[in-house]
Amino acid sequence: MTEVVVTGVGAVTPLGVGAETLLREWIAGNDGIRGGEAPCADFDPLETMTSKQARRADRFTQLAVGAAEEAVAQARLDDVDGTRIGCIVGTGIGGIETIETAHTTLGAQGPDRVPPLAIPLMMSNAAPAAIAMRHDFRGPVFGVVSACAAGAHAIGSAARAIRCGDADVVVTGGAEASLTPLARAAFAALDATSPTGESRPFDARRNGFVMGEGAGVLVLEDREHAEARGAAILGTVSGYGATADAYHLTSPRADGSGAAQAIEAALADAMRGPDEVDYVNAHGTSTPQNDRAETNAIMSALGDRAGEIPVSSTKSAIGHLLGAAGAVEAIATLLALRERVAPPTLGWEVRDEGMDLDYVPGAARPLAVTGDRAAVGISNSFGFGGHNAVLVLEAA
Amino acid sequence: MSSTDTTTVEQKVFEALAALGTEAEITRDASLEELDVDSLDLAEFAQIIDEDLGVRLEGKDMQDVKIVGDVVDLITARLAA
Repeated sequence: MTEVVVTGVGAVTPLGVGAETLLREWIAGNDGIRGGEAPCADFDPLETMTSKQARRADRFTQLAVGAAEEAVAQARLDDVDGTRIGCIVGTGIGGIETIETAHTTLGAQGPDRVPPLAIPLMMSNAAPAAIAMRHDFRGPVFGVVSACAAGAHAIGSAARAIRCGDADVVVTGGAEASLTPLARAAFAALDATSPTGESRPFDARRNGFVMGEGAGVLVLEDREHAEARGAAILGTVSGYGATADAYHLTSPRADGSGAAQAIEAALADAMRGPDEVDYVNAHGTSTPQNDRAETNAIMSALGDRAGEIPVSSTKSAIGHLLGAAGAVEAIATLLALRERVAPPTLGWEVRDEGMDLDYVPGAARPLAVTGDRAAVGISNSFGFGGHNAVLVLEAA
Repeated sequence: MSSTDTTTVEQKVFEALAALGTEAEITRDASLEELDVDSLDLAEFAQIIDEDLGVRLEGKDMQDVKIVGDVVDLITARLAA
């Protein structure tokens, strides 16, 4: 079967611009949460786009283009046939800042003053379209929408596209930029966000997520294609499992059964057993419901091994990047596996009853890998609507 | 139509084209192609001109326009009509 490898990664996150920056800062115990939110304060779209390109892109697209620039440069795709390169990028909402601004204009000045760019900027497929135009990718190009699982669904879909022969290379990931008045108010109205602005995944005191923004982009490639052109291989996307809870619009199944099925499916796809899992990068939102259900899912899917495997949440360092989370976290997982380090769940101090996994409290620690094989990790992503997407990643 | 009015229109057109993010120099003789003005730009441009000068430009109005001077002349003529 075609093996899907990673030949480039790029990230724009609240910890800075750059994929390596994300891992380095997280391992050092630093977080990008400021005033209860996690913005990408260091990001300047004009470092990669002209002013004309930037004004034709909502911020979520600008973030995606920025992350793609890093990933594509690392993969050195210049000599690859553009008709064999796809681009699949997920988002939870799309261009919500554009929607809000256009709607304000509609109310204040009437329909004749609504910007002509409103639709092409707000559409949730704008990010993959912009990346494809910028780099002349002419293979399968589309968006994926599944709330906070979108980034992982995009990567899974990209891996499938390569396995099916639809493309030799797919540039994939997720992007979100919803630090806007409407999104803030709406998530707060749902009691989803932390009223104290703290991200403490799996801690007994957790009280909601901290909203962040950003983008993560990976270059996935058919291993034979990558080897033939001499590309540096960072790792593999060896497994993908996708299921639905079919239960509730916002709450996960309390027993985590839908998520557990996705973990089991991803491991089966990767032909790996629980005894070969070295690290779990949790969805770990810091909401009371998710973290308990996810703990149940991990215990169910990984059985007796569950308590021995380090489980940590990137959201403790960068908040919840919604549709970008799955992609940024897949990158963090892969880089952590390459470094053989288990990054910490920052802020975890108080154990919650019945939640007894090793959440890597305090500080990063070396990752123990049994036997002579690549380090294997799982990256979980779950979304409103009951969407579960799980990736199995392996270091090269 | 006085020359002052033409100057005012020219200034507005130049400002509107600059707002669209073109990086080439805007002159009367510059072609819209040189300025990288496409259909989306024209839709935005028409909205700005409507707002600032009260002239409504439709898609068909711009079909024969090649250079910036043509746009200035078209709008000036519409204002005088």
